[in-house]
Amino acid sequence: MKKKKENNFPLMLRYMKGNVRWFVLALLFSVLSTVCNSATPQIISVTIDSILGSEQYTLPAVLAQFTTLEALRANAARTLLIAAGAIVGIAAIGGIGSFVTRTTTALGSEGFVKGLRDALYSHIQRLPYSWHVKNQTGDIIQRCTSDVEVIRNFFTNQLLEVIRIVFMIVYYLCIMFSMNWTIALISAVFIPIVVLYSMIFYSKINVRFRAADEAEGVLSTAVQENLTGVRVVRAFGRERWEVDRFNEKNRRFSNLWVELGKLMSVYWALGDLITGLQIMAVIAVGAGFAATGRISLGTLLAFISYNSALTWPIRSLGRTLSEMSKSGVSIDRVAYILKAEEEKILPNAETPPMNRDIEFKDVTFSYEGQKPVLNHLSFTIPAGKTFAILGGTGSGKSTIAALLDRLYDLKPGEGSISIGGVDIREIRQDYLRGNIGLVLQEPYLFSRSIGENIAITHPGSGLNGIKKATSIACVDEAIDTFSDGYDTIVGERGVTLSGGQKQRVAIARMLMQEAPVMIFDDSLSAVDAETDAKIREALGQRMSDSTVILISHRITTLMQADQILVLKDGELSEIGTHAELISHPGIYRDIYDIQMAAADRELLEDTDEAVKGGAAE
Amino acid sequence: MRIEEKDYTKSFELKTWLRLGRFMKPYKWAFITVFALNIFGALIDICLPLFQRYAINTFVVGETTKGLSTFALLYTAAIVIQTVGTIIFCRLSMKNEMYIGRDMRHDCFVHLQTLSLSYYNVTPVGYILARVMSDIFRISGMLAWQLTDMLWQIGYVCGVFIAMLFLNVKLALTVMIVVPILAVLTLYFQKRILLWNRRIRKQNSKITSAYNEGIMGAKTSKTLVIEEQNCEEFRELTTEMRLAGVRAARLRGIFLPLVLLLSSVVTAIVLNRGGHMVLENVMMIGTLSAFTTYAVGIFEPIQNIAGNISEMISVQANIERVMGLLDEKPMINDTPEVIAKYGTAFEPKKENWEPIKGEIEFKDVTFRYPDGGENILEHFNLHIPAGTTIAIVGETGAGKSTLVNLACRFFEPTSGQILIDGRDYRERSQLWLHSSLGYVLQSPHLFSGTVMENIRYGRLDATDEEVKAAARAVSADTVVEKLENGWDSDVGEGGDRLSTGEKQLISFARAVLANPSIFVLDEATSSIDTQTEQLIQNAISYLLKDRTSFLIAHRLSTIRQADLILVVRNGKIIEQGRHEELLRKKGYYHTLYTKQFEEEKTSAGVLA
Repeated sequence: MKKKKENNFPLMLRYMKGNVRWFVLALLFSVLSTVCNSATPQIISVTIDSILGSEQYTLPAVLAQFTTLEALRANAARTLLIAAGAIVGIAAIGGIGSFVTRTTTALGSEGFVKGLRDALYSHIQRLPYSWHVKNQTGDIIQRCTSDVEVIRNFFTNQLLEVIRIVFMIVYYLCIMFSMNWTIALISAVFIPIVVLYSMIFYSKINVRFRAADEAEGVLSTAVQENLTGVRVVRAFGRERWEVDRFNEKNRRFSNLWVELGKLMSVYWALGDLITGLQIMAVIAVGAGFAATGRISLGTLLAFISYNSALTWPIRSLGRTLSEMSKSGVSIDRVAYILKAEEEKILPNAETPPMNRDIEFKDVTFSYEGQKPVLNHLSFTIPAGKTFAILGGTGSGKSTIAALLDRLYDLKPGEGSISIGGVDIREIRQDYLRGNIGLVLQEPYLFSRSIGENIAITHPGSGLNGIKKATSIACVDEAIDTFSDGYDTIVGERGVTLSGGQKQRVAIARMLMQEAPVMIFDDSLSAVDAETDAKIREALGQRMSDSTVILISHRITTLMQADQILVLKDGELSEIGTHAELISHPGIYRDIYDIQMAAADRELLEDTDEAVKGGAAE
Repeated sequence: MRIEEKDYTKSFELKTWLRLGRFMKPYKWAFITVFALNIFGALIDICLPLFQRYAINTFVVGETTKGLSTFALLYTAAIVIQTVGTIIFCRLSMKNEMYIGRDMRHDCFVHLQTLSLSYYNVTPVGYILARVMSDIFRISGMLAWQLTDMLWQIGYVCGVFIAMLFLNVKLALTVMIVVPILAVLTLYFQKRILLWNRRIRKQNSKITSAYNEGIMGAKTSKTLVIEEQNCEEFRELTTEMRLAGVRAARLRGIFLPLVLLLSSVVTAIVLNRGGHMVLENVMMIGTLSAFTTYAVGIFEPIQNIAGNISEMISVQANIERVMGLLDEKPMINDTPEVIAKYGTAFEPKKENWEPIKGEIEFKDVTFRYPDGGENILEHFNLHIPAGTTIAIVGETGAGKSTLVNLACRFFEPTSGQILIDGRDYRERSQLWLHSSLGYVLQSPHLFSGTVMENIRYGRLDATDEEVKAAARAVSADTVVEKLENGWDSDVGEGGDRLSTGEKQLISFARAVLANPSIFVLDEATSSIDTQTEQLIQNAISYLLKDRTSFLIAHRLSTIRQADLILVVRNGKIIEQGRHEELLRKKGYYHTLYTKQFEEEKTSAGVLA
């Protein structure tokens, strides 16, 4: 069964509020300028007929009130001057109208798009994490940028443009029909032909445009992959092959456009031909009529002017209409984001002390549509202690961190997590997250200075506080080696940090939160063992009151913890101290044996004894 | 870093433009045709108002319809000819644009394949990509369209003035007065509008990257509870954007009506002066009407000429950037004698290639990176017999890759020699060495395509069976089993759809298939679970067998297998020897790898 298509149009109109007045103004003034523009041919027409033409002529009623034909003819020089002045004067008024139209349109358009962008951004910030996981970054960005641009165009340019053009066509046709019915009809007949022709062409060619765009994407990706993989290319000596593959894509892309060019050329040329024929027909028939005295010379000239003034608006109307028909898709794509449900923040929720025991009770959790990651898991993390979790990929260890920070909420029947006896779902979300410091394995740094990144939770805090955090995270020395120190810009537009540096900066950033609970989700994986140890030592000394949760698969990182939980396939496999766990066979001891080869231990003990022995002598 | 853009010249430089000649040359006939068509088209455009003049003077003033049908026929013929001209012009121009672009991209791409890795080390990929793609788009578009457009415009404006001079000299001269006014007006506003447009583009890209950050950093933002702060910053961006947008629109809003006003002034002048002339019977009314059409008609071309000139000057920067890329010299070159014997990277003469055994000798090698001052190696000597495994250990950033880069000839020694199988490797081609190289990177790089294609990259003529055998040898088939479409599964851009461990196994299989004499492994530090780690260990052992291998190693188990360990600190080799020897020495190597055991002992001590 086909789902009924939702109309997301009203959703967009919400952002029009407050901007409508600009568009109304714009419309009014564009009518003004259209009317002014239409006056010039009339002035010329009257001037020619009244004084330059020889045949008899009756003044239009409007003019006849002020003056007579004889008066105008008697003082031809003055009449010409007045006509010239009128042309300039009316053009000036029309110009003001056009200026106001453009300015107000921009005010409305920019206001609208700002509202929409702000709403999208803030909405995205507040969407639950699961939504972010489900959707691809590139796709969302596309919706927020090019789709928003299409919508903006639709509401603020195209809609106005269509109204303006339609008004102009109707108004001009009215004038033309009032002047001469037959010639006006000749001119009018061409209008639907041109509009339809453009519309059909543009909707047809769209598919081709998309194919060409895609080919460009493929080509661009090919180049990018070659550049990023340059070492692989060189190491296998595959230059020739790469060039061949590139050529194929390069050729395909170019040829698609050449094909497109063939179509476009026909479209443009035929468009020109139709308008040219229209102008020709008007001139020929008009000239014939004027020759036989059915219309005056001035009228003929006015006809020619009006007819050519309509040419371009008519041709762009077809194109605009066909483009507008596509914006529905963009509206739906943007509405998809706006309609997703935000995380609920209950302002009255509890804010209990956080330095309490954390208890997982019978927690079962699965990501949407997948088999459970955690299975009836129960354990307690004692307050103020260091608690470690060991497990392989897919054992669910990161899920524990995500659940504790409420990146995902447990649903009823999936067990509970409580801090000091309070279920975390009852705790205010921002309060909970603010009091749990979480460092991820692949931390994200924002593109701004290192100092600003670290102090992001406390903007404007002094360098001293920042330096304290970086010294605990053992990244202070590395930062000092950068030429701009703490002002070094990182991220997309700046210096690239190594994985280990990033992790340590992220640790420093988390430390600034001064949270009573800290989680290190495999966040020392890219740091060498020596630094890893240093960081943990510094943490132990300076943050001894905090509850620390270490997640890792590196035994050395975990073994000093007060308690170690070994996780296997989402279930508790073992729990205890390092000494307890290695004292009996199990996963922990297996991993321990793999990571610490027995041979090395013996060797080290040997040399140590040798040294000790030497010292004793 | 080369991220900051150079300041490019602002004035027109013919020298830069002449360099494009090479790319236009193959299409010179197409260009000549296009130019001719444009001049011809301009001529017809100039004639059309004369048709109008004829119609008025002959039929209307003469009060006759005789010859009207001939007139209509001629007029139609003119339009039809023009239509045909337009079709030919559009097709040729599109071809010119696409083919020139294609050729330029091709040249850049081929050139990039020859540039040294040192270039890639200091040049961000995005920077190069912009040159190959968008810069070339602009240049080829400019050559094919704007240049010919400009020709049409100049031709048209000149032609119109000539026609006007013919019709009436005095009136023509009066109209010409506006041209300088229009030109000044256009230049003044265009400069400012361009400036604001640039600001808008910049602001726009800031907004896009803010979205990007907001989405990529969503998890981080949530954990740090900085959503509100992010929104605040974003609103500042959009506020600025609105300001810039309105400003630019206001400028255009002043400019365009001013131009229209100016054109009304011209119409008024023509009507006033021309009217007098008609009254005095020095001019016919049809001529006056043609004049009005001409006077209004030159406004757009003149504006466009001004626009095109500023466009051309800005495209000059794109040309300079692309030429800069093409001018970049490869740091490592094969001598003409070597090329004569062994061929180039694109045309290898494999029949002359000696088989490679893998014996490597560093002989009195001194080296410093081209962009860095200090010598990293000084009078360094090392002999590596074929089949030996060398492990290089040290902290991150200590310079472990240097030796590998030298041995692989990604860089060449500043002084001294590196011999492979007893001969200086500069006596053979780069491709000769690289074809015998197996290379697995810390962050393994796969190309978009299927698993099968990726492994086959190691040896292009391998059969499906050989590919599968190679995969099995390093347990990469376990990865394939998990994938939905098996061997034909798409790995995504850069191998994105696979985990690091999986990518590593695939890249091992790729190396196995190449069956290299020299094998380089830059081991990953990143976290791989113990199970995968076991598979990788086995794969490594398999790969090391009977090959000269360099390991940039982190895992003890890998290092222990090495025949020789080089310990690097601050870019210098400070210790070398076998695992046991080095441990006994109690030097830096010992400190590096005892930390974890010491810790273990302390916790064991607590227990005791």
